[in-house]
Amino acid sequence: MPRRQDVKRVLVLGAGPIVIGQACEFDYSGSQACKALRSEGLEVVLVNSNPATIMTDPELADRTYVEPLTPEIVEAIIARERPDALLPTVGGQTALNLAMALAKAGVLERYGVRLIGASVAAIDVAEDRLKFRDAMREIGIDVPESGYARSLDEAVALVKTTGFPSIIRPSFTLGGVGGGIAYNIEEFHEIVRRGLAMSPVHEILIEESLIGWKEYELEVMRDAADNFVVICSIENIDPMGVHTGDSITVAPALTLTDKEYQRMRDAARRIITRVGVETGGSNIQFAVDPKNGRMIAIEMNPRVSRSSALASKATGFPIAKIAAKLALGYHLDEIPNDITRLTPASFEPTIDYVVVKVPRWNFEKFPEADRTLTTQMKSVGEAMAIGRTFQEAFMKGIRSLELGRASLLFDDAVCRDEDDDGLRQRLLTPNDRRMWAVFEALERGWSTADLHELTNIDPWFLAQFADLARRRSSLRGKSLADVGDDELRDLKRAGFGDAQLAMCLGTSEKSVRERRAKSGLRPAYKRIDTCAAEFESFTPYLYGTYESECEADPTPRRKAIILGSGPNRIGQGIEFDYCCCHAVFGLRDEGFETVMVNCNPETVSTDYDTSDRLYFEPLTLEDVLAIVDRERAAGGEVSCLVQFGGQTPLKLSTALHRAGVPILGTSPDSIDLAEDRKRFAALLNELGIPQPASGTATSREEARDVAASIGYPVVVRPSYVLGGRAMAIVYDPGALDRYMTTAVDASPEHPVLVDRFLEDAFELDVDAVGDATGAVVIGGIMEHIEEAGIHSGDSSCVVPPFLVADRHLETIRGYMRRIAKALGVVGLMNAQFAIKSDVVYVLEVNPRASRTVPYLSKATGVPLAKVAARVMGGRSLAELGFTHDLTVEGVFVKSPVFPFIRFPGVDTILGPEMKSTGEVMGGATSFGAAFAKAQMSVGQELPTEGTVFISVNNDDKPNVLQVARDLADLGFQIVATRGTAAYLRAHGLEATTVFKVNEGRPNVADQVVNGQVHLILNTPLGRASFFDDRTVRRAAMMHSVPCITTLTGGAAAVSAIRAIRSDKLDVRALQDYYAVTATSSTP
Amino acid sequence: MKAVLALEDGSWFQGTAAGAAGRASGEVVFNTGMTGYQEILTDPSYAGQIVTMTCPEIGNYGVVGDDVESRAPKVAGFVMRSESLIPSNWRADGSLRDYLTACGVVAIAGVDTRALTRRLRSAGVMRGVIGTGDVDPDALVEQARQAPSMVGADLVQTVSCAAAFDWPPEGAVSGNGGYDVEPVRRSERRFRVAAWDFGMKWNILRRFVAYGCDVRVYPASTPAAVLLADQPDGVFLSNGPGDPAALPYVVENVRAVVASETPTFGICLGHQVLGLAIGARTFKLKFGHRGSNHPVKQLETGKVEITSQNHGFAVDPATLPSDVMVTHVNLYDNTLEGFRHRTRPLFSVQYHPEASPGPHDADYLFGLFVDAMERS
Repeated sequence: MPRRQDVKRVLVLGAGPIVIGQACEFDYSGSQACKALRSEGLEVVLVNSNPATIMTDPELADRTYVEPLTPEIVEAIIARERPDALLPTVGGQTALNLAMALAKAGVLERYGVRLIGASVAAIDVAEDRLKFRDAMREIGIDVPESGYARSLDEAVALVKTTGFPSIIRPSFTLGGVGGGIAYNIEEFHEIVRRGLAMSPVHEILIEESLIGWKEYELEVMRDAADNFVVICSIENIDPMGVHTGDSITVAPALTLTDKEYQRMRDAARRIITRVGVETGGSNIQFAVDPKNGRMIAIEMNPRVSRSSALASKATGFPIAKIAAKLALGYHLDEIPNDITRLTPASFEPTIDYVVVKVPRWNFEKFPEADRTLTTQMKSVGEAMAIGRTFQEAFMKGIRSLELGRASLLFDDAVCRDEDDDGLRQRLLTPNDRRMWAVFEALERGWSTADLHELTNIDPWFLAQFADLARRRSSLRGKSLADVGDDELRDLKRAGFGDAQLAMCLGTSEKSVRERRAKSGLRPAYKRIDTCAAEFESFTPYLYGTYESECEADPTPRRKAIILGSGPNRIGQGIEFDYCCCHAVFGLRDEGFETVMVNCNPETVSTDYDTSDRLYFEPLTLEDVLAIVDRERAAGGEVSCLVQFGGQTPLKLSTALHRAGVPILGTSPDSIDLAEDRKRFAALLNELGIPQPASGTATSREEARDVAASIGYPVVVRPSYVLGGRAMAIVYDPGALDRYMTTAVDASPEHPVLVDRFLEDAFELDVDAVGDATGAVVIGGIMEHIEEAGIHSGDSSCVVPPFLVADRHLETIRGYMRRIAKALGVVGLMNAQFAIKSDVVYVLEVNPRASRTVPYLSKATGVPLAKVAARVMGGRSLAELGFTHDLTVEGVFVKSPVFPFIRFPGVDTILGPEMKSTGEVMGGATSFGAAFAKAQMSVGQELPTEGTVFISVNNDDKPNVLQVARDLADLGFQIVATRGTAAYLRAHGLEATTVFKVNEGRPNVADQVVNGQVHLILNTPLGRASFFDDRTVRRAAMMHSVPCITTLTGGAAAVSAIRAIRSDKLDVRALQDYYAVTATSSTP
Repeated sequence: MKAVLALEDGSWFQGTAAGAAGRASGEVVFNTGMTGYQEILTDPSYAGQIVTMTCPEIGNYGVVGDDVESRAPKVAGFVMRSESLIPSNWRADGSLRDYLTACGVVAIAGVDTRALTRRLRSAGVMRGVIGTGDVDPDALVEQARQAPSMVGADLVQTVSCAAAFDWPPEGAVSGNGGYDVEPVRRSERRFRVAAWDFGMKWNILRRFVAYGCDVRVYPASTPAAVLLADQPDGVFLSNGPGDPAALPYVVENVRAVVASETPTFGICLGHQVLGLAIGARTFKLKFGHRGSNHPVKQLETGKVEITSQNHGFAVDPATLPSDVMVTHVNLYDNTLEGFRHRTRPLFSVQYHPEASPGPHDADYLFGLFVDAMERS
């Protein structure tokens, strides 16, 4: 059947900023959908508030709106663009909810917009727990026993049928707060009472517990002709009770017989049909009782999901692309399989390898957070690994996490120090380090039966882990020379990394690598082809394994290997994947064959059609060198691009360089110079460019000396980190001692950097591109809205700058050019500046891609990363037509989003350590409107009237006056703590006094909870955050009251509120901004 | 213990023994299914073949007494990449290794099965030998070259039943094949089906029972007259191993059944012999179809079924007489997957609607057969 003809212009909704549970996978799916729709000649209108995405590149859609994903804004876009259809299934839960809101508000009907891909009715059944349960019972599919209760009596009656352990979920509490698991009736009473009290509608869901059951997922697709295929089956190693996003998972399912698997497949078919997903992909989760095989449907997502991204990468079947085509009315058998070319998409991929996905958590950023894994997802990213066996894939997966020593899996310090009881506890309660506890327990000789008892992990997987542990112990007391070739081959085939073997054998990774070379042991590369080699494959999508036959078939062309950024983590997220994709686009234009190496399944970079060749491999020296060797084998020059993927590839640059691998662009020595404090300080001195006084320290004493000589406060941090990991502002020697002893392991190789902290300075970020001729084009200067001391990734910023004097901007441009030339930057360079007392200081320079590159590219309309890549490929900026610094039409504000809601008990205050997971961009013609949009996009709806609570520290009091006065002028009532209120009153402002939390009740937290406060301006009281502020900030977060913690943020909020009140927020496509930029920049 | 798999093209693969000791020769084929190794091992259509599983982890759920398609493994040999350390499934009765050993199946693990599959895909299936212990690979290659060819060999006689019986006989695994949903039956009447056993999978019989049929099974060599004398409502032609062209006596009998106007349904080899009986020709495929994921299009409805497949020969659609219409086509290579006679109650499919292993998408074909019996 040809595609439907009634659809010509499609609105695609993106997923917004990266948050826990919704990450790059929706850039992958949105980009695929946009490409697929446009290849059919359709016009695509795209809305996504996240600028750090490939999908918001202006070439990907006809009309691109980087605007808030709210019903009002999207309605305005619909009114302007008049699409005839809306595709809601490629932008995660955000897009699905937004589409539902638009449908329910009558917007879609009013403008004649059809939902394609999923109907309102289908979304409703899939999303509503009770409707889903009833629908499943109707078609004879088991679901967990459950029911709603509005009183303790009702709950007690219900638990008689649902049984213990019992899951209690309060209705409508954010992030599932107030729920829990009760193992006995006493506990049940307690949690029910608490849940009823915390639920705003005094309602709780009581559900049968399936904790410990086996968990499976099927990724399925259905077309308009009712054709149905399973793309991939996934088995969770962590049984029920742990969110699937927090589970280590395996594809294909390994412990189901064909009878059981086909029953699950049949059920999936009935479910997707009953729910009513007419076209597209869905994810269906099942629980299986390991004792009797009873199968229960847990939930289904009628859309592309994180699991479908994983399934796409695991099988080579592009689910999002196919889903978009199915939404247009195509049938599966009318769409070709890109990989085999000759066969259609109406088949079920079969795989001849094993895929393991391992989550990546960031608890080190949130030391107070509870590391227990539950039904609420906590991981920020994931790595996927592919091997010919489970063991090989698992070991590669752990290695891909880049956890330093912990990536070695064995001999984990934390678990080793636990006594048996402590270890038992670590096994019993799922947590981010449970796998390390499993290996420690095996090391102590615990049986797999014991481990099964404690963890409920399937004995099959435990047997694999035990086998790995046995292999490891067999090396005890041996040296590398004692290990025979056959034994070494077995270990490599089991997935042991060179670094792991080096640790087990007490030697260096290099020696192991050299020994392998001598023994002729090197990985072969096999293709991911959707069909287990039944047909020839035309896409070089490869993974490494120790097997006899290699299918890499490298070409003799000139190649660039682009090293990706690995699993997402705070500080190294989608921005770097965006840059890596642009490196591919740019280098391809320069005639290179592009080779991508990455292990993050959520990304656009790991789509098989992004680069010419894709290696889905860990980003370690071992794995990268093996790829370089293989690619070199066919002749042709092979270079690596390491500057675009964040710290992951950057860390490898020196070693790669030493191993004789040419590095494209800025030399590894310059990269090192910029990272090396001493060398860099010397360079700046030579150039006569001011920098805050600084020094390095390798011990507590040294740190004290350095700090004393430069003066407190100081910023301290380890060298070679991204995202401000373990970075702190220290005000006195006591705090410095604590930092040096607890926060970092300083050593001569890894000194601690100590910088003078410039309080109350303006901070700016600048990105530029330099070429081999010494030309430098500045992409833009971004002014931080938050004051100095808050990590740049956590600070809102604006381009063009609006408070900084032109002469300072000129100074900054001059410094950028001089530094870039001095470093010999060929490619991207990012620098941070601070302005204090009319002096411009350089804080930091990084000759590599930065987090702000995609944002700036969207603001200017120039793909900086792509330009930089072409320059690194040998072009000059002049040849590419870049002779002037870039300009921006309009005002663009970038704001961060934070994961605090997921981590109860964690303070939401910001500091030098980055905590945000993602970002949004708001664009407008004025700063106020742009900031207002950015705030809307991060979910902070600024109030236009009501009451503002103000509490600031003494230093801030003089400066808060203007903000307070502006708010009062706008009609806000002011409540304030005693000191602040007195100060405001003394300066002629009306302010009501309210108790601090520790002063009595009712206090400010009560007022926040009661909805009597609509905006909070609370700067930290003093040098450490106090309990009081913390309670207020957390209450604000739980009740969605905007909480501003800096005065500049306060001033920005005032402009935004003014903008919202004075004019309706207008929408504008990026293409329209650029049209103006293009006209105005023409001489 | 070491083991070697040698092929007639001179290549050989080193691995470890994973079943009975000794030597086994046969035609080396590959199956791309990710589940169902036990059903595959016991499928009589694999007689004379060494089966390679492309899925690398095999034996994970052990062996389950109920998941068999005949009384014992029928494969000539078995090739895996990785043999499971332990069986893990609540229904498991034992490990795959013990089962293979007890049943005398020579098996090898640790083989680069993808390399092997690519070789078979490009060069076509070929003869091979698995030898365990200290073996000379070159001698094994020589032995592979001496092994009998599949073409022209009557393997049906090695797997067909010795005497007629009513399903289920003593010791067979009956039941409905583990399906969750019972078929919608349009007739209350029970039909009597006469099934010619060319190496029949038990799940075909289980599905007939689920659709309300009583089945009597006859040896392959049973003359048509004997079978028709029992006055069945319909005749079923089963799956089975080897070359259909090597079975003139079967084709002769099927011709007689066709002439009798008795509703007739064939699967796999049964489909091929029906094709020969009505005048079509068969040919050998380069590397056959074996797996659980082949898309087959039902031409009348345009719907695509994901099918279970196991065949090395196929009916040439160009040779079908004009009163026969093509009903099903394989979307991978456009080979013939099913036909129906325009006027007579005859139809057959090349693939396996009884699944086991594989998806249940084509189960409706049993219903169509019941409909045909109902009509006549």
